[in-house]
Amino acid sequence: MYDIIIIGSGVIGCAVARELSKYNAKILVLEKNEDVCSGTSKANSAIVHSGYDAPEGSLKAEFNVRGNKMMEEVCKTLDVPFKRIGSLTVCTEEDKLPELEKLKKRGEKNGVEGLEVLDRDELLKIEPNIGDGVIGALYAPTAGIVCPFKLTIAFAENAFVNGAEFAFDTEVKNIYSEGGVWHIVTDDREYTARAVVNAAGVYSDVFNNMVSEHKLRIIPRRGDYILLDRSAGGYVRHTIFQLPTKLGKGVLVTPTVHGNTIIGPTAVDIDDRESTATTAEGIDSVIAKSALSVKGLPIRQVITSFAGLRAHEDGHEFVLGEPDDAENFFNCAGIESPGLSAAPAIGQHIAGLIKEKLQLSEKDDFIAERKDILDPSTLTIEERNELIKREPAYGTIVCRCESVTEGEILDAIHRPLGARSLDGVKRRTRAGMGRCQAGFCSPKVMEILRRELKVDLTEVTKSGGGSYIVNARTKDGESHE
Amino acid sequence: MNKSYDIVIVGGGPAGLAAAIAVKENGVDSVLILERDEQLGGILNQCIHNGFGLHTFKEELTGPEYANRYIEKVLSMGIEYKLNTMVMDISNDRVVTAMNRDDGMFTINAKAVILAMGCRERPRGALNIPGYRPAGIFSAGTAQRLVNIEGYMPGKEVVILGSGDIGLIMARRMTLEGAKVKCVAELMPYSGGLKRNIVQCLDDFGIPLLLSHTVIDIEGKEHIKAVTIAEVGPDRRPIKGTEQRYTCDVLLLSCGLIPENELSTAAGVTLSPVTNGPVVNESLETDIKGVFACGNVLHVHDLVDYVSEEAARAGASAAKYARGEMPDGGSTVAIRAEGGARYTVPTTLSPERMDDRLTVRFRAGDVYKNAYVSVYFDGEQIQHKKKRIIAPGEMEQVVLTKKQISEYPGLKTITVKIEEE
Repeated sequence: MYDIIIIGSGVIGCAVARELSKYNAKILVLEKNEDVCSGTSKANSAIVHSGYDAPEGSLKAEFNVRGNKMMEEVCKTLDVPFKRIGSLTVCTEEDKLPELEKLKKRGEKNGVEGLEVLDRDELLKIEPNIGDGVIGALYAPTAGIVCPFKLTIAFAENAFVNGAEFAFDTEVKNIYSEGGVWHIVTDDREYTARAVVNAAGVYSDVFNNMVSEHKLRIIPRRGDYILLDRSAGGYVRHTIFQLPTKLGKGVLVTPTVHGNTIIGPTAVDIDDRESTATTAEGIDSVIAKSALSVKGLPIRQVITSFAGLRAHEDGHEFVLGEPDDAENFFNCAGIESPGLSAAPAIGQHIAGLIKEKLQLSEKDDFIAERKDILDPSTLTIEERNELIKREPAYGTIVCRCESVTEGEILDAIHRPLGARSLDGVKRRTRAGMGRCQAGFCSPKVMEILRRELKVDLTEVTKSGGGSYIVNARTKDGESHE
Repeated sequence: MNKSYDIVIVGGGPAGLAAAIAVKENGVDSVLILERDEQLGGILNQCIHNGFGLHTFKEELTGPEYANRYIEKVLSMGIEYKLNTMVMDISNDRVVTAMNRDDGMFTINAKAVILAMGCRERPRGALNIPGYRPAGIFSAGTAQRLVNIEGYMPGKEVVILGSGDIGLIMARRMTLEGAKVKCVAELMPYSGGLKRNIVQCLDDFGIPLLLSHTVIDIEGKEHIKAVTIAEVGPDRRPIKGTEQRYTCDVLLLSCGLIPENELSTAAGVTLSPVTNGPVVNESLETDIKGVFACGNVLHVHDLVDYVSEEAARAGASAAKYARGEMPDGGSTVAIRAEGGARYTVPTTLSPERMDDRLTVRFRAGDVYKNAYVSVYFDGEQIQHKKKRIIAPGEMEQVVLTKKQISEYPGLKTITVKIEEE
């Protein structure tokens, strides 16, 4: 029997797991995909909101502001890229200008520090490429950007190093309680636990509704994005939001921590919880709307488009903690924006509740720090040559667009909870994330995965499951060996 | 290792090899080729079909055979090269930073640098094709590598988007391997590839080429299951009601090649917005002194024979520069593309520096039948040559002679045009 089973290894599930791994407890994380960070956490705006947007007194406001304050320290401890670049919420309509003051007041009540309303001239000084129609903006200096893959992976690795177990490719089919013990039925076996954490993203209503009469309804809300090459990096310096206009909700334009530019998202409510297909209308609308806040965006430098699903709950609010009819079942449901920003605070809060309920004691050998995969480009030439002498794989570039070495890919595969697929390698090292979108490096990464995981090339996948890349030998294929 | 060379060549594909040979033939011994792959020859190594070398050797060779002719010459001439070596940076004063497993990271001072990095394929993401992002979508060249080098098949039911040459070649290759290639869809009303490839790779195998069609949806969450193809109007937007669904387990993309100029940009080289390659003069020298460019990094070629010829010119020019014999200054004549010609390479020439003959290459922006390729010297028509067909997929050329140009002192602009009757 486990003390705690966590369903879902997105940023929330992994944040909770990491916080819980500070205590003496037997923890299991169940994930239906082949890797952590495979759902909503992998396809979002990658921003850390300041916290002015959510209504005063809401959980969204409280956890956003707390998460924002924790983010810097968490990212430092876990070696995750985070930059506090500030956000601008721009206004393009004269009659909407008072909205900026309203947002500022709300933000201040929520505990957001440093908010300022800027006029166009002040704005141009800090954001030169702002759209011609922009007349003012709310500046939130505490907003930031983070790598959502690395944050989720870091939480997971650190939890794992501290004893939490992870089971991938494991889908939860049913949950029931018997004699005060939770039973979790998966595709191939049944687990038992004293407490359950429901961090299942767009499926979190399904699991809540299995155990509680307080029904939830999650509507997957799809958002299309486009991503520009790093060669267009620096075009904007802040995360730029738009006040809603007569034409509807706006889109954001933001740099990423890796120097790309993200533009999006749309917001389309859908039925299918797996439907991350982009649409032509979505991409067109993202491009058209971005022109309102930023002028001359080098859209031609798009390297990919993608869609993510937000777990939108009917109540438009985070659902955190135990329903009153399901003891020791802890919801983290309805975690849409600002979920990424709130993740460290939600992890701490839920772990705190469980610690009290299960009377967990603190570990004395908890390892708080985690080091990311070494990025050789941060070294001096001398240090780099020392490294290559010690480990020659760091002298071979595999992904030329992002300058990723074989050494980094080997580290990604062999570290705790290592990568087992092309996407796993990509999210850990950025190999394949550049302008050629893995055209050149995918055969090489496939070969490294084959060799290191000791499998056949036909068993190497893009992202687990049925996502094989090659499935048969050519007619004279054997002669290639 | 030697920390300075007269000439460093970045890339050991067809361009780099031909350039190196020309450098040596033009009296410069201190030359080094830096190649990122584990063998010389570049992308030719995966082009196992034949049809290479008709112009150069008057015979049909496979890609590896064509490459080998040059590799053998490079070896017999004792030209130095380093494999598995990635060039990380080139400075505007020609310091080349590179890295490999054995030498670590190192720098080389070069008197001249020849850029010969080739090009990459336009990926799915840059095409904004809506739908899912499952496994089974490949740029044609990546699939070509998996099939021809690794010996593995990506699937059995294939749809190809884009009629670039690699896509056409892969349509035939996959068919020969037992796969069913359902169609090649091309957004434009004309093919992007060579006529001979349409005939030999599609027509001969009964594979339909759907001009003015594109993929508007991709199905399959883990692995691709189907695509929807629609006809497009003159605005290249899908026409409602023309959608057709094709089940498939492979989608190949052959939608254009992009010269790979990240290193050129780092060196400060100015790029042409049309070719995405460096702006060069008659010596194939970029606007950074002593930095030359040739092959697909300069502009995307249709035939490797032209790459070799162009690279030899870059090699000879670089050798001249390294020997200190490249005359400075002189007058400059602009070469402009107009009326259907999209660009020219080069874009300037110096009557003093040019050889007796200068080949100016260009591509058309549309298909022209029975049109004329004309050359004007400051408004005066000098050449007017009828061509039965001019197409964007085939590179065109005009030849200018030093003698002819010398008859026009004070010449400012040479214009290359396609003129209809």
